[in-house]
Amino acid sequence: MSSRALKGHSLWYGGWLRLKRNKVAVFSGIYICILCLIALFAYQISPYAFDEQYMDRILESPNLVHWLGTDSLGRDMLSRLIHGARMSMAVGIITAIISLIVGASYGAVAGWIGGRVDAIMMRFVDLLYSVPTLVLLILVKVVFDSMPLFTNPELKALTGMLLALSVVGWVTLARMVRGQVLQVKQLTYVESARALGASGGRIVLRHIFPNILGPIIVVLTFQIPSNILYESFLSFLGLGLQPPFSSWGVLANEGWRSLRSYPHLIISPGLALFTAMLAFNLLGDGLRDAFDPQSR
Amino acid sequence: MMTGRLNLAFGPPLAIFWLGLVVATFFDVSIPSFVWWSAAAYTLAGAFWHTIRYGMLAYVGKRLVESLITVAVIASATFLLLRVLPGGPFDSEKALPPEIKAAIEKKYQLDQPLLVQYGNFMVGLVQGDLGESYKYLGRNISEILAESLPASVQLGVYALLLAYLIGIPFGVLAARYHNRWPDHLLMALAISGVSVPSFLVAPILILIFCFGLGWFEPALWDGPAYYILPTWVLGTRAAAVIARLVRASVLEVIKADYIRTGRAKGLSESTLLFKHVLRNSLIPVLTFSGPLIAGIITGSFVVEQIFAIPGIGKHMVLSVSNRDYPLILGTTLVFSVILVVCNLLVDLLYAYVDPRIKLNV
Repeated sequence: MSSRALKGHSLWYGGWLRLKRNKVAVFSGIYICILCLIALFAYQISPYAFDEQYMDRILESPNLVHWLGTDSLGRDMLSRLIHGARMSMAVGIITAIISLIVGASYGAVAGWIGGRVDAIMMRFVDLLYSVPTLVLLILVKVVFDSMPLFTNPELKALTGMLLALSVVGWVTLARMVRGQVLQVKQLTYVESARALGASGGRIVLRHIFPNILGPIIVVLTFQIPSNILYESFLSFLGLGLQPPFSSWGVLANEGWRSLRSYPHLIISPGLALFTAMLAFNLLGDGLRDAFDPQSR
Repeated sequence: MMTGRLNLAFGPPLAIFWLGLVVATFFDVSIPSFVWWSAAAYTLAGAFWHTIRYGMLAYVGKRLVESLITVAVIASATFLLLRVLPGGPFDSEKALPPEIKAAIEKKYQLDQPLLVQYGNFMVGLVQGDLGESYKYLGRNISEILAESLPASVQLGVYALLLAYLIGIPFGVLAARYHNRWPDHLLMALAISGVSVPSFLVAPILILIFCFGLGWFEPALWDGPAYYILPTWVLGTRAAAVIARLVRASVLEVIKADYIRTGRAKGLSESTLLFKHVLRNSLIPVLTFSGPLIAGIITGSFVVEQIFAIPGIGKHMVLSVSNRDYPLILGTTLVFSVILVVCNLLVDLLYAYVDPRIKLNV
């Protein structure tokens, strides 16, 4: 440690210093921020509307007017890619937040109460783990799609996607949070809080949760790219979002059909997804090294 | 007494024999079914012998019963979910005449009370009869599944083998040259492999090797030229995961006291690596095989779709678009059973291999 360590600082500040020294993680973080900005301002940035068709310019290769070319309906690929970023990032982040809320509360309750309640609650989690992820995703989508809930088909597809990914995603967080709570529960500061008469809910929220936030953030950073990947898998298989909706998976699905003649249609969404996944994974590795030193 | 529970005269030769069988299927060598049966019988007999010999009967029995219950619960839950869905598969834009609708429901026994349907389904499940498809008229689900299972299993097994074959040596290599250029290079490759979506790799490989060089076939499942690309796409992703895992695990084991002792008494680096480090650092690889297989199943959906492989994943995707509920149910069950069985095997192998594990029965 350098002379800074002498000043004395919080665990978080120390982690932040370690993270800053990791150049790869910092660049990945910047890249993700740029992606988020692109996603937020998709309508302002994209040169064309994502669903507007230029029928005289169908299936153009990348050129100066359409930087990434056009698809089989004459839509500008760059604009569709930008809107795809919007959809993919939104799906990834929203489902990660839902999984966090549901999974963390479930895991915290199971870990805190322990005993028989814990055993039963975790049995259910194990059961969900015994079904392969994509199969579970597809099942939830099938069940949701057959319910007459939304009249707007696009809203329905999006809600179904969010629901399915959350149903799959919370399990990981529940397991992780439960394990952490079980560990931290034994520590002396929890005992002292209990001795002072703090209620269970207060101890979990005020004392345990801040101390396991590091690992939770790390798991969340890996949860977002896996959600984005699952969304693109489902959409690629034609079971997720549908055109004119644009996500990277939808674009890959459309591009796949004309691979031989127009490879640019599948290469560009594939590359976009690849770089985003890479950035998230590298940032996650960096965060784990910085904030969760035990698991190194 | 507890060390080396796995009998060396039994384990490795058997593993090599199975490996040989798998390689033979890769090159489309036809293997008579009695070879398969005798291999399976010998394996089972050996496993049983080990179970008795090391007093693990209660543990194995408990895990078996647990797995059976898991499968039964998944089957029931999926059945009920798909049966209580509003809007049956026979609802079309045009309302069917009530007599026809009644006839269809009678044919598929949808007119009976839910409990009776459930009972019939579970009895059929035990007998291996999953009912008739809604879409492929007159075809039994079990028949469709039995037809498409071999391709999927082949793809999965090849990919898994490839993952270990590439992942373990690369992971060891990276740990051996920790923080030097081979480590950085291999880990950069590994994280790219984890991040790259199969629908980016597959098109590039197809463009190069199928349309460009003409070495391999871009679609279907009919011989080595068809197997290589899908196996590569599915297996390298898993290999990247394994390599990262092995590297971390080797780095962990290297720190242990017994390694320092070994070095102090003058063991050569290679003896140390192969006899002491590797054996212990491969245990996490074994325990991680469950999630790894789950990942390969997930990946296989996309790979089967890309390469038009007539496997179970493709049937599941099709059955969703067709609203063919019995087939959705059947494919879900097959995938779940595969995963449950693999998890069971991994758990049992772990109990055999690692003498430190306490069997809390």
